[in-house]
Amino acid sequence: MHPLRKQRLMIVIFIVVFSSVAVGLMAYALRENINLFYPPSKIAAGDVPHNTRIRAGGCVKPGSVQRASDSLEIRFLITDGISDVKVNFNGILPDLFAEGEAAVINGIVTESGEINASEVLAKHDENYTPPEVAEAMKDKGEHQKTCEGLKYGA
Amino acid sequence: MALDFVQLAPEMGQFALILSLCLSAALFVLPLVGAHYGSNVLMQSGRSLATGFFIFVTFAFCCLVYSFLHDDFSVKYVASNSNSLLPYYYKISAVWGGHEGSLLLWIFMLAGWTFAVAIFSRSLPLDMQARVLAVMGFVAVGFLSFILFTSNPFDRILPIPPQDGGDLNPLLQDIGLIIHPPVLYMGYVGFSVVFAFAIAALLTGRLDSAWARWSRPWAIMAWGFLSVGIALGSWWAYYELGWGGWWFWDPVENASFLPWLVGTALIHSLAVTEKRSLFKSWTLLLAIFTFSLSLLGTFLVRSGVLTSVHAFANDPERGVFILAFFLLVVGGSLTLFALRAPVVKGSAGFNLLSRETFLLGNNILLTIIMIMVLIGTLYPLVADALSLGKISVGPPYFNLFFLPLMGLLCLLMAFGPLSNWKRTSGMQFVKLLWKPWAISLAIGLIFPLVYRDKYEILAALTVFIASWIATALLADLFYRLRNSDSFLAGLRKLSLSYFAMLVAHAGIAATTLGVGLTSIYTEQRDVRMEVGQKVTVVEYDFILNKLTHIDGPNYTAEEALITVMKDGKFLREMKPQKRRYLASGSTMTEVSLDVSLMRDLYVAMGEPLTETAWAMRVHLKPFVRWIWLGALMMGFGAVLAVADKRYRKAIKQESPVVEVAVGKLVNE
Repeated sequence: MHPLRKQRLMIVIFIVVFSSVAVGLMAYALRENINLFYPPSKIAAGDVPHNTRIRAGGCVKPGSVQRASDSLEIRFLITDGISDVKVNFNGILPDLFAEGEAAVINGIVTESGEINASEVLAKHDENYTPPEVAEAMKDKGEHQKTCEGLKYGA
Repeated sequence: MALDFVQLAPEMGQFALILSLCLSAALFVLPLVGAHYGSNVLMQSGRSLATGFFIFVTFAFCCLVYSFLHDDFSVKYVASNSNSLLPYYYKISAVWGGHEGSLLLWIFMLAGWTFAVAIFSRSLPLDMQARVLAVMGFVAVGFLSFILFTSNPFDRILPIPPQDGGDLNPLLQDIGLIIHPPVLYMGYVGFSVVFAFAIAALLTGRLDSAWARWSRPWAIMAWGFLSVGIALGSWWAYYELGWGGWWFWDPVENASFLPWLVGTALIHSLAVTEKRSLFKSWTLLLAIFTFSLSLLGTFLVRSGVLTSVHAFANDPERGVFILAFFLLVVGGSLTLFALRAPVVKGSAGFNLLSRETFLLGNNILLTIIMIMVLIGTLYPLVADALSLGKISVGPPYFNLFFLPLMGLLCLLMAFGPLSNWKRTSGMQFVKLLWKPWAISLAIGLIFPLVYRDKYEILAALTVFIASWIATALLADLFYRLRNSDSFLAGLRKLSLSYFAMLVAHAGIAATTLGVGLTSIYTEQRDVRMEVGQKVTVVEYDFILNKLTHIDGPNYTAEEALITVMKDGKFLREMKPQKRRYLASGSTMTEVSLDVSLMRDLYVAMGEPLTETAWAMRVHLKPFVRWIWLGALMMGFGAVLAVADKRYRKAIKQESPVVEVAVGKLVNE
């Protein structure tokens, strides 16, 4: 083969091998690491895969936050006005986590329908609500006051 | 009189912005027309228009700063982002604390770069200069219309302005925010210069090594700013967010990382284009991509499609505008590329084992990494738009491919500087690199043994890769000095560009080391701490002594006094705070740090549990400083590269050539 062609062939092979490895890796990574978002009503209805990581979001139900007296364990309910879901978390909550405010939870749904949270996110500041939560509450109130328009007596 | 100016400053600022829009429109049109018809007057107008554009934008920017300093709360943007209690330096940084102002900062930077091009490109052929400035003018028109029509920072609240402002987001009241956005934007916007050069090259069809030599310093400078800017953002997140993390694969971080990845590929590809007249169309494509990704970053951050601390209160109109502009720039430049790229084709050949191949490998790897990060960032948005459900892509996805690919890139990095253009013998690599290989392998294998009790194989790998890069650089340096009389004499002969490469590559080694070792060895305790209680992290004991209440200028705080003992001996006291800002009512965590090159101690207050107990984060983060140290080295490397005298020499040599070129153009 002509040396120049041979060289081009090598380059092409190099590119093809690299990109196929990359694409394979990526497809695998994406499949394993996508977290779907669910509102509490879907979780309560059992429409959620168990033992995979999901994201859930809702308002922290006032009066539901319970803290252990000797550790950082905490329990609370999140709600979208339709159903409540129990969340277990062991760790430090973000600064703006509060009862009656929006929160996003990353975690695993147990067989009993509770969420074991590995991460809890709250609003970043007074003007900002995570879009997922705003979306989940869209019919319940204004974008920035998602939790205010909510009736908790569901 | 002074009072009059206070009242008028916003109007004058707005007026200056409108004028600069007119000037930039002229800057876009006139030099292009001039270059097309060979009119010297029109082509030369580019420089004056660029200067005027710069002056008026600077004036507008100063007007906004002035309104902030004088607490003019009748200006809506000032009212929502400042407060009379803020110290003056935060009033200034509050200028870019929100959407409108940060956009003005973007434009201010663009004007600065355009002005710099006007000053430093005198030696360029006039038509090239005119076209470059015209492209900068085009970008300016886009952003100035954006700011004037959708997000004017000078809008008033009339007739009844508020008594006091709503305060700057406390997260942003910090030294990190004073410097992070300007430096980052310098990088983002700096790539517009290379983009302009690329478009000008496509328009003229002239892409030679002179072109690459003109573009290189601009690309390198923008890249240096971006490197440091990203590092500053990471540093800020580390101590300000109070989670102890320094990189979250947050979409906005990714948005700044994407142009960095392609920009890194670009500066390497430009080297090949300059030295060997190869990869020409690829270089152009990278220049277009880099700037497009900067724009995409701006779009992602500003359009409110993302969940992030950077996403300010948004309205959809803005997103649509930026998206349209983005599509115009990308579509337009890619169309131009498709039409004109064949004109600038290079034809020289090179051997498989050559510096060209290694730089090509660098480019391919970086591009793949960029595409992966891009997909991970955009996939949730696309899925949402197509109603496939709300999803998020977490750090495991990014780490899974980023780490191996980056590791491979780092392994190959050692070969690049040692290889020759065109052809390198495999024996040369073996001869020069067996020692670095052996030494770094030994260091890598021994380090985890000495450092901690538990042997971490990944730590060995990290240390191996970092020392492999560093020792290979040293091997290259000594190889180059082999024939010189003395070490110093030899050093003096080497070019600044070479030292720049050494420093920047060593910076990558440092960052790699920092990233790897911090991730592997971080000790993290999230605990409940009573007054008097002790928490032990490796050889450090943290004792909570007392809790006090403190009143600051615009906040009140709870402060914990923590004594740190190392191996039973007193080391220092640490005072983390939990602040409540009065104006906005928001809560902030002030982290207390004990900084050193080998490890950081990191203490943050979580939340009060009882009168005498708090949830606390106590972290030991080994080598975390190396991450940012490496980025600073990259920035310093960029400065060295640009300072190399060959770029200035080139100007002197080319001056007569330019006149000839212009003369020829006129004759034609």
